[in-house]
Amino acid sequence: MSAAPAPAPKLDRWGALIRAARLVSPRRGQLILSIALGAGAILAAVGLLAVAGVLISKAALRPEILTLTIFTVGVRALAIARALLRYGERLVSHDLAFRVLADLRVRFFERLIPLVPEGLRGIRSGDVLSRFVGDVDTLQDLYLRALGPPLIGILAIALLAGAVAIVLPAGALVLVVAMLIAGLLLPALAARAGRRSGLREAPARAQLSAELVELVSGAAELAVYGREQQWAERIEAADSKLAATERPGAWISGVTSGAGVAIGGAAMIAVAAIGVQATAAGQLDGVLLAGIVFLTIGAFEAVVGLPDAAQRLTACAQAAARLEGVTEAPIPVSDPPAPIPVPSDGSLSFEDVSVRFEGREQAALSCVSAALAPGSRIALVGASGAGKTTLASCAVRFLDPSSGRVTLGGVDIRELSQDALRSAVRLVSQEAYLFTTTIAQNVRLAAPEASDEQITAALSRAGLGAWIASLPEGIETLVGEEGTEVSGGQRGRIALARGLIAPSQIVILDEPTANLDAAGARELLSAIGSERSDRRAMMVITHTVDGLEEFDEIIVLEAGAVVERGTWGDLIAAKGALARLSAAA
Amino acid sequence: MPLVGAVVLGVATSLLVVAQAVLLGRVIAGAFPGGQDLGEVSGELWILVAVVGARALCAFGFETSGRLGARRVVGELRASLTAKMLETRPAGLRGQRAGELVTNAVQGLSSLEAYFARYLPQLVLAVVVPVVILIYVFPRDFAAGTILLVTLPIIPLFMILIGLAARTATERRWRTLSLLSAHFLDAVKGLQTLKANDRAQRQVETLRETGEQYRKQTMVTLRIAFLSSLVLELAAMMGTALVAAAVAIQLINGGLEFSTALAVLLLAPELYLPVRMVGQQFHASTDGLTAANECFEVLDTPTAVSVPAAPLPSPDPRIGPLLLENVSFAYEGRGEAVLEAIDLKLSPGEQLALVGPSGQGKSTVASLILRLLDPQSGRILCNGVDLLEVDPKEWRQHLAWVPQRPTLFSATLAENIRLGRPEADQSALLAACADAGLEQLIDSMPQGLETRLGEGQRTLSAGETQRVALARAFLRDAPLVILDEPTAHLDAESSAAIGEAIARLSQSRSVLLIVHRPALAAAADRIVTLREGLIVDRQAQR
Repeated sequence: MSAAPAPAPKLDRWGALIRAARLVSPRRGQLILSIALGAGAILAAVGLLAVAGVLISKAALRPEILTLTIFTVGVRALAIARALLRYGERLVSHDLAFRVLADLRVRFFERLIPLVPEGLRGIRSGDVLSRFVGDVDTLQDLYLRALGPPLIGILAIALLAGAVAIVLPAGALVLVVAMLIAGLLLPALAARAGRRSGLREAPARAQLSAELVELVSGAAELAVYGREQQWAERIEAADSKLAATERPGAWISGVTSGAGVAIGGAAMIAVAAIGVQATAAGQLDGVLLAGIVFLTIGAFEAVVGLPDAAQRLTACAQAAARLEGVTEAPIPVSDPPAPIPVPSDGSLSFEDVSVRFEGREQAALSCVSAALAPGSRIALVGASGAGKTTLASCAVRFLDPSSGRVTLGGVDIRELSQDALRSAVRLVSQEAYLFTTTIAQNVRLAAPEASDEQITAALSRAGLGAWIASLPEGIETLVGEEGTEVSGGQRGRIALARGLIAPSQIVILDEPTANLDAAGARELLSAIGSERSDRRAMMVITHTVDGLEEFDEIIVLEAGAVVERGTWGDLIAAKGALARLSAAA
Repeated sequence: MPLVGAVVLGVATSLLVVAQAVLLGRVIAGAFPGGQDLGEVSGELWILVAVVGARALCAFGFETSGRLGARRVVGELRASLTAKMLETRPAGLRGQRAGELVTNAVQGLSSLEAYFARYLPQLVLAVVVPVVILIYVFPRDFAAGTILLVTLPIIPLFMILIGLAARTATERRWRTLSLLSAHFLDAVKGLQTLKANDRAQRQVETLRETGEQYRKQTMVTLRIAFLSSLVLELAAMMGTALVAAAVAIQLINGGLEFSTALAVLLLAPELYLPVRMVGQQFHASTDGLTAANECFEVLDTPTAVSVPAAPLPSPDPRIGPLLLENVSFAYEGRGEAVLEAIDLKLSPGEQLALVGPSGQGKSTVASLILRLLDPQSGRILCNGVDLLEVDPKEWRQHLAWVPQRPTLFSATLAENIRLGRPEADQSALLAACADAGLEQLIDSMPQGLETRLGEGQRTLSAGETQRVALARAFLRDAPLVILDEPTAHLDAESSAAIGEAIARLSQSRSVLLIVHRPALAAAADRIVTLREGLIVDRQAQR
């Protein structure tokens, strides 16, 4: 079960939305352009109808045909203008959408960088990250589909009502009121009416999905036990329940649709009646009557997009609040104001390092010291939860110790820039991630300058030589989405190749044997222990101990504390913790 | 049939649209140039109110009946899909993942619902409305009618002509968006790795660059693709403008009454509207068709197991031996055979262990005996009867099965165990629980046997789940029991306890025990080793 972050308080939702909107405010000019084009397209279409009404009203008086030329040209010009404006709006708005999306991704990614991994402790599950990405995608709608239509609508309504008000003020009032009812009140009422059934719909849908998941995964058992019929009925019952929650929605949307027609018709009749009255009273030039009624009919195009926009606005607000819930976490480690350069050749020392996580009674690490000299091999062993990974996190400042310090060449690593530190001390994590690209690119991540030959060599050293040779595309083989097309063991070894190729003074391998069988694990650890071709220091974190014979020092951690340390020979002879771990394997 | 309703309501709507235009034309023409005041046109205005009311009712009926009808169709399809999955899924349906199937049956069918509820009714309107309007316009103003008739087909014509290009562009846009989204997700999920390799800042640049690159590429195609909608828009707008000019000339020539001219002009945009709306439902149509294809693909999946037309009565594994003769099996789409011409014999009351590394076809043997799969060659006989001649359902009544990872259904614990024999009475149920060693678990549950399992409820450990599956098998009381890796996912202590329960279950039954570690097969009468689809070793134990 993933721990879902607490839903953001309701008040903060709109604040979050405004802050999110500000993120992309540099695009304001393009937004205004797309709104102007959108409003222009609506005005051209409505204007076309109005001018056509005036045209035939004048024609009814049977004047000289030439006197109407300006109107016949006018309607055609408006027709062309409408099509062009709409085309322009679509181009500008789609272009804007792509730019906004890229902006949002970059901004939120930048915010995530300092938080990973320790700042997201507890909410780091794949689900949360997927939703994070989904929420950023939702926000791309903010300008185009959530804010655009209402702004275009308001602009168009104001201009249309203003034009009507000049000749028929009462008509303008009717028009504005009707459009507000159709565009705001009606959708709001529909949303309110649908809320209750909508709330029941999601669980009913989830229930149906859950039942189907069970059916699909347990189908063989149902078949063997002859229970197919019973389960078909169960699904049918769940589907009927879902249908029952959807039914009110069908009625509501029917009523909304009917009411929309009624409001438009009512406005048309009212404006016609007011216009007839004004014409009879001599307050309105009769030539304009048809034009005003036609304008009223066409004007409702301005409010068509509003209900959808309201929904998207709410969705955007929720997304923005959820995103803030993730990115507002306190930043766990920060760079010093004036970082000093990384010492060129030094040893990594842990000096009385203790780590205590908030809300946990027991310290994750207590007073652990260790020194990794150039060219040396150290193994950190212990059961899971003993604090091995926490110590590794301290070495690359994913985490700072609560007390004690870590030094590189005698310099406290908090004096260095994080980027420079992680270049010098390379951590190959237990949860090493494979990106959706080729094997070569995944390895090259650790050494951007590496040649194909170097990559092949690193993969061979990681024990993948034969496998790579058997692949038709070799190192250019794609690893599939998130590396799903390689096995767990291959994934671990590709990650290991990253560590081997990295041009770093110090490499820390966290559980490189996690997905290997006993023989493979032994072989890998022996190779690391015995192969000392360069000055590089390596620390290996492992729970399997076979193969550590050649390591310079083995440190056994239990519940965050060092329980014994020494060479393989010493510790086995002492018959302590390591001897027990070795015997258990 | 929801479509019949859509046609009836579509025709009614079209007639009302024409009536509304005619009445409004009379009201306006009455006031100008007719000079009538409000009182004199009030008759028409009241009829207009009635017409608008009727249109509103039609709109309501059109929407509601469309959605309810579509939901019924979807309900029926969902039931067929369920039945099909129950039929084909036990065989594994390789290549089609469980998640996809469920998504297809839930979200997929929902988009099909949108297709039935929105796209099809809109298509009906797009045919009916223009026909009714043209029938009104032509006798009154031939020129206007001709303009409408000529410009109208431009819209569907361009939809079809440029539709393909537009579809490619739309698909490309969606592909771009989902590609960018996947790329971003990849970067976010791998951020820790990027950071450890000092590549996080570089990734920011990459995100910016790829976003920009895709924007440029996509905008080039969109610029062309949007031309199609430019033409459509132009046709509809120009049509209206030309109709206005045409009726104006007719008016000047005195060939047309002003009220009729107004009605014709009012009807011009009404004629184009439903046709244009069809284009707007483009996504509903493509999504719906994709969903329909996926749905029919599942419905067309051949069944993995043949059912004889005239089945023989099922043999009883208590009486005669179960024989696999020369049986081969290969999963579709995976070249190599999983089983190659294997022979196997299980005598009544015998405990046979099938051992070998994982992935060597052991579970496939179980599936074949369970009749979840048919062998491609060779025969499986019981008591001399070929199982292909027997109704699988009837044969399975003699079997109990404890799979590698048993499924717990969201139901009470008792219902989960009763899966083995629903009609079992309480004492049989309690006895089965005792035999499976479930008593301690039942005592720890808030409502004992009546505790619900599943979402949001207490989850059972792997060992507890195995016991529930064993209890099913005990309750089933079948003469032939198949146990597939019953202790694979358990720690040593639970394994030992489950081992005792298995020993109890094996008494006086034929048992096929599938294990990958030979140590677990110690209690069996015979051990057969399977490797790479071949039987490599047989040894009798006692």
